[in-house]
Amino acid sequence: MKTSDTLLLLFIAVLVGFSIWAIVPLEGDRFGRQGLTLGLDLKGGAYLVYEADLSKKDPSQTVDQVMTSVLNKIERRANAFGVKEPIIQRQGENRILVQLPGEKNVDEAKKLIGQVALLEFKETTTDISGQPQTDDKGGYIWTIATGVGSDGQTKELTGKYLKPNSRVELKSNTNEPEVAFEWNDEGAILFEQITKRNINKPLGIFLDGQLISYPTVRAVIKSAGIIEGMDMKEAQNLAIQLNSGSLDVPLTVILEQTVDATLGADSIKKSVVAGAIGIILVILFMILYYRMAGVVAALALIIYGIILTAIFKLVPVTLTMAGIAAGVVSIGMAVDANILIFERMKEELRAGRTMGAAVDAGFNRAWLAIRDSNVTTFIACIVLFWFGDTFGAFMVKGFALTLFIGVALSMFTAITVSRLLLSLTARAVKNTWLYGVKA
Amino acid sequence: MIDIVGNRKWFFLISICLLVPGIISMLAFGFKLGIDFSSGTVMTLRFSQQVEQGVLRQQMAQLGYDDATIQKTSEGDFLVRTRDINSDEKVALIDGLEKGLNTDVTIRDLETVSPVVASEVARNAAIAVLVASIFMILYIAFAFRHMPSPFKWGFSAVIALLHDVLIVMGIFSILGWLIGYQVDSMFIVAMLTIVGFAINNTCVVYDRIRENVRKGISRDFAVTVNSSILETIARCVNTSLVVILTGLALFLFGGVTIQQFIMALLVGVLVGIYDSIFVAGPLLVLWDRGLKTESKAA
Repeated sequence: MKTSDTLLLLFIAVLVGFSIWAIVPLEGDRFGRQGLTLGLDLKGGAYLVYEADLSKKDPSQTVDQVMTSVLNKIERRANAFGVKEPIIQRQGENRILVQLPGEKNVDEAKKLIGQVALLEFKETTTDISGQPQTDDKGGYIWTIATGVGSDGQTKELTGKYLKPNSRVELKSNTNEPEVAFEWNDEGAILFEQITKRNINKPLGIFLDGQLISYPTVRAVIKSAGIIEGMDMKEAQNLAIQLNSGSLDVPLTVILEQTVDATLGADSIKKSVVAGAIGIILVILFMILYYRMAGVVAALALIIYGIILTAIFKLVPVTLTMAGIAAGVVSIGMAVDANILIFERMKEELRAGRTMGAAVDAGFNRAWLAIRDSNVTTFIACIVLFWFGDTFGAFMVKGFALTLFIGVALSMFTAITVSRLLLSLTARAVKNTWLYGVKA
Repeated sequence: MIDIVGNRKWFFLISICLLVPGIISMLAFGFKLGIDFSSGTVMTLRFSQQVEQGVLRQQMAQLGYDDATIQKTSEGDFLVRTRDINSDEKVALIDGLEKGLNTDVTIRDLETVSPVVASEVARNAAIAVLVASIFMILYIAFAFRHMPSPFKWGFSAVIALLHDVLIVMGIFSILGWLIGYQVDSMFIVAMLTIVGFAINNTCVVYDRIRENVRKGISRDFAVTVNSSILETIARCVNTSLVVILTGLALFLFGGVTIQQFIMALLVGVLVGIYDSIFVAGPLLVLWDRGLKTESKAA
């Protein structure tokens, strides 16, 4: 054996050994990675893009300040809601990408995260006698409650003066849920003035302009209070929202993709079956058509699969349905390299060369074609990756990335694994019929 | 020896037969656009009770979605497409279906794209196709720089590619009004992948022609091209066959989510095989002959 071959064999053995160690068992911890990273379409969850209405922002703040603040609040809300590993990113100027992997209760999560949740307190307008005024339908006429703050300025009382420790409690006598909150120092100053002048009058509590309850003030209150009139879920969500703070600007969902976890599990099963069938068909075809060389290709394909899986796990590459499709296409490309080499080799054998010479010549000539033929695929992948990044189509990006990795790896295995295996078998098995050429 | 080049008229005729219906369909009906290009909501609904498609359509109409398109998937679920609806509308719709049809409804997946995003996606897709085309043409120019006349070869390759792309687009336009196949961003992805594949095949064939011209295997360019095609035929067919085998497995067993995407790939690869064997090479000969006749005439 040539020294270069021995070194190559050693290198491949180490690489394959390392890859097998990395992926067996698949769920095993290797460099902090456990199992394959699955995309939303495979494990279920939601992919949301919100657009912020920046025309509603406080003019004293810059766009970046507003967006950073909104992002932080969304993150706090998602975590408090119990989403595992939410991904929250700013996209472009005024968009926010929110990924909630594995989340089952998407509707609720979506509402919780995207709602402004501005808590306001309003008092009734009073007539000359000091009684609350009502409109034609008997409803109170509300006006925003203000007080004089510690710095002598008149301030509106809103949720921004709350301590971040609101919580859900159950009313002792009725077991109905309520949200208990505490004011910070400034809030306490304002609340004291407001409750003082509204004794025995209703105080309206509004969330995003909607009246949720209007308890009658019984005494002067400074530091704390409760909000009632909600069911358990609403109360829990309100507590989370109050603790994260209200969003600085309103958000609307402009793109949504939600996948049920059972569909994801189904898709995984199906693509594993389809992938296995595909690989078996390819191996059968290669062995039937190229005989000995086909066996080499099959072996090279298996090694390719092992290394590819190891890369997917260790990088990690997020697998999606489109990514799996790309993986399957890349199997074709990986085999393509072998086919190019074999076809060249057969020609050399027909031209009367010896096995060894045919392998070398076949490989050298095919290499240019392999290299050139993959350039266009790389171009397509790079453009698609950039294209997929300009908005939320994760299918596109997943396909491009996986195909790129697959094709790059297939070129690598062609110049190492296939070449080595071929020259080793060529030395051991000299019967040209076994390589698809009549002796 | 099989004479592909000599019978090129027949193969061009087959191409025309493949092209014309698709082009007519594209002009007359256009495409059925996916929601990522035209905005809207698509849901895959699973019902706990058996529901007839007609009954579902009626119920949808009663709930105010009379323009909804409804398709039954091979797995017995329903694919429902409406204008873009928000969370509250969705809850109301599912509620209405559950009550009206007396069954439980599970939303297996849902995708909503607002008109703002849709117009951006369409624009970005157009830009991506343009950028990819420019780079691929540059690549072709680069790959053929050693050819006797790079322009002629490059131009023939591009015509062959356009031939592929038009056929696949035509087929998808026809499938659009036949069985509701959509053109969406994944279709664009499939097209770019196909073009990559087809360029590979064409490059391999042209590369061999160049090699054989240098070797001087025949004085007649047509004969040289013909034997070059025959020499590379196994490679072109086998490579594509491998992709078709794996693609077919995915199409049949991989679930409905990516079926249309795989279909686009499969059709594209098949057309690509045809193109690289029967169109790309003969096109060169046609061009060559055409120029010669012209120079004789002049």
